[in-house]
Amino acid sequence: MRRRPGILRLAPGLTLVLLIGPVVAGLLGTLLPALSSRAAALGELLSWPGLGPALWLSVKTGVMSTVLALAITLLLIASLQGSRAFAALQHLLSPLLSVPHAAAALGLAFLIAPSGWVARALSPWATGWEVPPDLLVLNDPGGWALTLGLVAKEVPFLLLMALAALPQTDAARRRLQAQTLGAAPSMAFAVAVLPALYRQLRLPVYAVLAYGMTAVDMALILGPSRPPTLSAQVVVWMNDPTLATRGIAAAGAVLQLFAVLAVLALWRGGEVLARRLLLTFATHGLRGRKAEPALRGLALASGAGVAFVLLAGLSGLALWSVAGLWSFPDALPESWSLRIWAQAGDGLAQSTWTTLVIALSATAMALALTLACLEAEFRHALRPGDGALVLLYLPLLVPQVAFLPGLQQLALRLGVEGTPLAVAASHVVFVLPYVFLSLAAPWRAWDGRIALSAHALGATPDRVFWTLRLPMMLRAVLTAGAVGLAVSIGQYLPTLLIGGGRVETLTTEAVALSSGGNRRLIGAYALIQMILPALGFALALLLPALLFRNRRGMGVGA
Amino acid sequence: MFRRHFLLATACIAALPHLGAAQTAPEWEAVLSEARGQTVFWHAWGGDPKINDFIAWVSGVAQDRYGVTIEQVKLASTADAVARVLGERDAGVTSGGAVDLIWINGENFAAMKAEGLLHGPFAESLPNWGLVDVAGKPAVVTDFTLPTEGFESPWAMAQLVFEYDSARLPEPPRSLATLKDWIIANPGRFTYPQPPDYMGTTFLKQVAYGTLADPSVMQAPVDEATYAETVAPIWAFLDEITPHLWREGRAYPQNEPALGQLLADGEVDIGFAFNPGRASAEIAAGNLPESVRTFTLEGGTIGNASFVAIPFNAAHRAGALVVANLILDPEVQARAQDPSVLGFQTVLNLAALSPQDRARFDALDLGIATLAPDQMGPALLEPHASWMTRISQDWVERYGVAQ
Repeated sequence: MRRRPGILRLAPGLTLVLLIGPVVAGLLGTLLPALSSRAAALGELLSWPGLGPALWLSVKTGVMSTVLALAITLLLIASLQGSRAFAALQHLLSPLLSVPHAAAALGLAFLIAPSGWVARALSPWATGWEVPPDLLVLNDPGGWALTLGLVAKEVPFLLLMALAALPQTDAARRRLQAQTLGAAPSMAFAVAVLPALYRQLRLPVYAVLAYGMTAVDMALILGPSRPPTLSAQVVVWMNDPTLATRGIAAAGAVLQLFAVLAVLALWRGGEVLARRLLLTFATHGLRGRKAEPALRGLALASGAGVAFVLLAGLSGLALWSVAGLWSFPDALPESWSLRIWAQAGDGLAQSTWTTLVIALSATAMALALTLACLEAEFRHALRPGDGALVLLYLPLLVPQVAFLPGLQQLALRLGVEGTPLAVAASHVVFVLPYVFLSLAAPWRAWDGRIALSAHALGATPDRVFWTLRLPMMLRAVLTAGAVGLAVSIGQYLPTLLIGGGRVETLTTEAVALSSGGNRRLIGAYALIQMILPALGFALALLLPALLFRNRRGMGVGA
Repeated sequence: MFRRHFLLATACIAALPHLGAAQTAPEWEAVLSEARGQTVFWHAWGGDPKINDFIAWVSGVAQDRYGVTIEQVKLASTADAVARVLGERDAGVTSGGAVDLIWINGENFAAMKAEGLLHGPFAESLPNWGLVDVAGKPAVVTDFTLPTEGFESPWAMAQLVFEYDSARLPEPPRSLATLKDWIIANPGRFTYPQPPDYMGTTFLKQVAYGTLADPSVMQAPVDEATYAETVAPIWAFLDEITPHLWREGRAYPQNEPALGQLLADGEVDIGFAFNPGRASAEIAAGNLPESVRTFTLEGGTIGNASFVAIPFNAAHRAGALVVANLILDPEVQARAQDPSVLGFQTVLNLAALSPQDRARFDALDLGIATLAPDQMGPALLEPHASWMTRISQDWVERYGVAQ
């Protein structure tokens, strides 16, 4: 039972190697061929006429969506936190964290297309449209539909991250103090809480920015196509049948990586400017009383807008999965049918099973590593530096198209590629950061005096861990596990590349199906994709309540 | 021991010239016994549930008859499988590869054949090869003007047909010139998938056939000296219609299913497909209204064949050969032609079949929107692949990046 003390101490290092190793190995595998033998590819890339617009589009949609998502998140917390509307929004938005990007994008596409649900609901009685109008709403050259999709998908993530970080900022007291000095609630938040909060939120924001610039599945569904964003074009080149464009694809991936780094540097500059601005507000004694009602209205409208876009889009897909003929401008299907569910039943059951096995193994591995790290930190009084945190985020910051092809080559050479185990291992790279981030704060907040009392009564550190800390932390551990499940279930590129196409999960199937545009089938897959993580979150709520039903101090409300 | 046996068997198959149709040569017996118990990973585009169901059905037959299991690897793009075999070769995986069988044609086939990534020749040694209509359907041995030379085996014929909703459009335009007039008179009601998508380039080929002074030049590789002048009428045609396309040509659907969805949503009035039975099958499935009909253009539309090929390093080569042969079986071919299943045109020569097998085809109800074989019009040959590579590159420069 008793572990040698040295082993646990190695856990943080081991975890970082497991995270960084694949990213570095994959990057080298992708970049070396691009830089050395295929120098000509760079010339080809530069002579592609769409390069300028594609790069600009990547930067614009990435930056705009991050700015908007961050602004909406902060606005919600600043002006609504503590209100009933905020609690309602929080309950609506948290389960949507687990919605895969592709499903959210397809739902949004059906919602806003000229032949989509909104137009159907208003036609022909309000609009007079007997046939869909010829309006460029989806795939618009400006990338606004893509930006909207990214914003809707990232607000739940940032909100969750912000709410997790808020308790560590002593927000309530800071805010109270600013308000007693006469600042309106939102201004009090901006000058007193935001600086401390943003320090915690910085890396999640960077991850959102990097993701927004490099998203492939969303860009293919919602983004423009003449030209598409750079990352979508890189994937098109990778898939070119003549095999002649693989060099240019690698060069494009390198350019994408540098673009992300450059934009991150610019963003850092923007942070400095924003800080100056906040300081000016504070030193000039701006209290923002007049703006408060407008800000509240804006927060309510944008929060409700995000929730509507996601929920209505996904309901639309769910409805399609049981729809018979559903032509424009009918607001509801003309007939109903369970045919798709009957037809897809076997395939669905099988890929659900594979998805679950992979997600559970990856999450278990990530949880074990996270717990080992946190416990080592506690027992040996280790203090992770900022550098370690950046490394933790590395897999989320490096564009997937830049390192996964190299990682696939590595897996091929090792002969492990194409096995569910290898896929689960690759998922750990992406699951671990999320699990760690969701578990670290509650774990560190545990009252250390409990351990002290137990030690005084003669309990070993192991016994304290297994019989006291872990049970008391069960809900936090399960919640982190549910987040991990959701992340693993949503992975597309790692599953496709490391799985060699032979490991079929709900997400790989759903994206393959989305190329066929069959809304009914996509709806069925998206529904299961949402239900699985939702079950995880439900379990995280119910299990502790059930296990500790006769422990008043550990109730769900506590 | 097994391994040597297996190599011997496939070597024999490859070396043999034409075998008679109704034979079970000892070499084939050896392939059959080698294949028993194998699982064939068939990489096939997975975007259409009807095709996926059909492959699952073939898997059942293969299991019953030969003890071979088929596992469909559903691809978003066939190029994924090509890239995967190439990646394996680059990584030194020369046997035991992940891909056993690929649904392939056109550029993907040309690329794999040129890179030496295919096993073969094997197709003309398959026992069912004698039933294939080589004389009547030359596309079964010529893939985009590239002779297949037995490196891929055909399994379905396709021909471009246009689809329209007769409730909204009583009389469709039946030539390229009248189509142009119709597009200009009805702005926003027609589009085509964005090249280099396969269906998009197919539309460009159709435009080339209708506008080029002498379309037969496209059967030879591009001649750089005269290229620009030759294709000028294509750009003239597109320049005229583009401002009147769906979304004024500022956005295009991604692929054939996306175009089909636009027709189903009523965003366009005319769509097109490579499967003449698609409209009927979609009506039967409740995805299109019953008033949808199909038509072809005067002078004919592009036609080609779908094939299966076996990578050089396939782990289950014997099983793959058995599957390639099985999908040429009259029972399987008749099922593929059934519009309620797939509606694909058969590659077989119906006259060569036994009366019993021919009855399977005669019994098919082609469906409400499907043209009878004698209404289809001529199937035009695919141009040489170099034409489409050049034309879609130029298309991207002219229309594919924002002005």
